[in-house]
Amino acid sequence: MAAVAKLELKGVYKSFGNNHVLQGLDVAVEKGKSLVVIGGSGTGKSVMIKSVLGIVTPDKGSIKIDGQETTNMNQHERDVLMKKFGMLFQGGALFDSLPVWENVAFGLIQGRAMNRKDARDIAIEKLRSVGLSPRVAGLFPAELSGGMQKRVGLARAVATNPEIIFFDEPTTGLDPIMADVINNLIIEASKGLGATTLSITHDMASARKIADNIAMIYKGKIIWHGAAKDIDHSGNEYVDQFIRGRAEGPITMEV
Amino acid sequence: MRSAVKADQPENNASLVTNRFLDWLQKMGQTTLAFLAAVGRLAQFTGHSIYHCFTPPFFPRLLLQQLINIGFYSLPVVGLTTLFTGMVLALQSYNGFARFSAEGAIATVVVLSITRELSPVMAGLMVAGRIGASIAAEIGTMRVTEQIDALTTLSTNPYKYLIAPRVIAGTLMLPVLVLIGDIIGVFGGYVVSIYSLKFVPENYLHKTWEYLERMDVISGLWKAAVFGFIVTLMGCYNGFNSDRGAQGVGTATTNAVVSSSILILIFNYFLTQLFFTGK
Repeated sequence: MAAVAKLELKGVYKSFGNNHVLQGLDVAVEKGKSLVVIGGSGTGKSVMIKSVLGIVTPDKGSIKIDGQETTNMNQHERDVLMKKFGMLFQGGALFDSLPVWENVAFGLIQGRAMNRKDARDIAIEKLRSVGLSPRVAGLFPAELSGGMQKRVGLARAVATNPEIIFFDEPTTGLDPIMADVINNLIIEASKGLGATTLSITHDMASARKIADNIAMIYKGKIIWHGAAKDIDHSGNEYVDQFIRGRAEGPITMEV
Repeated sequence: MRSAVKADQPENNASLVTNRFLDWLQKMGQTTLAFLAAVGRLAQFTGHSIYHCFTPPFFPRLLLQQLINIGFYSLPVVGLTTLFTGMVLALQSYNGFARFSAEGAIATVVVLSITRELSPVMAGLMVAGRIGASIAAEIGTMRVTEQIDALTTLSTNPYKYLIAPRVIAGTLMLPVLVLIGDIIGVFGGYVVSIYSLKFVPENYLHKTWEYLERMDVISGLWKAAVFGFIVTLMGCYNGFNSDRGAQGVGTATTNAVVSSSILILIFNYFLTQLFFTGK
């Protein structure tokens, strides 16, 4: 009997007016594995993650976590489910009214009712694990560089030891060295927790580094799914065009 | 051939008129549907907001922060507004009432106008400009930078964390501001009447209290609570549904101030009717 996937989307559709973003999306991630979904802008990557997180409600289809259907959950069930998740947003999405340590400890204080002192200790430990000194803990997000904000975002995503971590364009807007540092931190953090991860990115260097498996999304559907090592021999002309960054090919850009 | 073209013309004109009428009907229909959808969204948002004001978990630290921000920091602007309103009211009443020797009614006019109407409405409008705009801009920025989505991923309901503390604080603090505004506004009228119009202080104070009823003050405080709810709710609603980008946040801020100001004036009429005619 096949093992139950940690995260499974089947036939997921989502439209915004006449814009049909997801058009029967099927993807699954095994427990402890890292799946990176690649694809161009506007192909439905962010909507896919937001559908899993419950921020967007799919029009049709099934989203299962540990074999449990999530699309029809009530608020209480959803609240319990959310405790399994961690998320690193593309722009960090740090709360700019709170100091860094409170950002990192937010899920512990608000989501798990931990007292502030213990939560602060854990936050400082998590900050250290992403290479930030305790001095940073008292600063506000606006005082940090882009790379430091990403690290804080990563520390916040892993602070509650989640079972599933989502990474939305984790290296976008960073220089190549800082991007590689973030990739290493993502691998350390997720492997250290034994977490299942689902990432979306345009950055092939990042995808090759952090993925066990890669899937390509195009026009709201997964058009290729395989091991990261096989991406260069996919035999799929859409994937070839994307990973080589060629303007010529079956994928045409609307100008 | 020419006669055939002529014969077709009335028919073409008729179909042109029909098409234009249908286009007009379609636009009317679309506008009506969009309006009803917007009213529905606002009603749903209001219902959710009220529900989350009364259900745990509560965030007392955030509520205290908002009570201070909305109440304490709005005090100077509300105080100055009501002070000068009371002063102008005394001057204007004197000019008008002197024409038929009714200067003695100035104290009563000032206190009734301030407590029933001017203090709640002026405070409501000033708070709409100060607080409504800042709430819409703050929550709108949180929307476009995905901070509201981040709240959801951190097991925190944005209605409870962002909306409820602001709406509760607005509803509780505006009556406090208006009560203080009442005192300052009446004091403004007193200062002008005594030092500029040379009224006798004891007589002026006696006239101030003589016709003032408890309901005059209480109705103003009820109005203030409703206005506080409107201002904070519209700030939150517009910020929460802000479009992307700086322009989206700017539009949300403008809409918050305009919509809450208009709603304050509309509700002021209906509340006045309710309190003083009982209908």
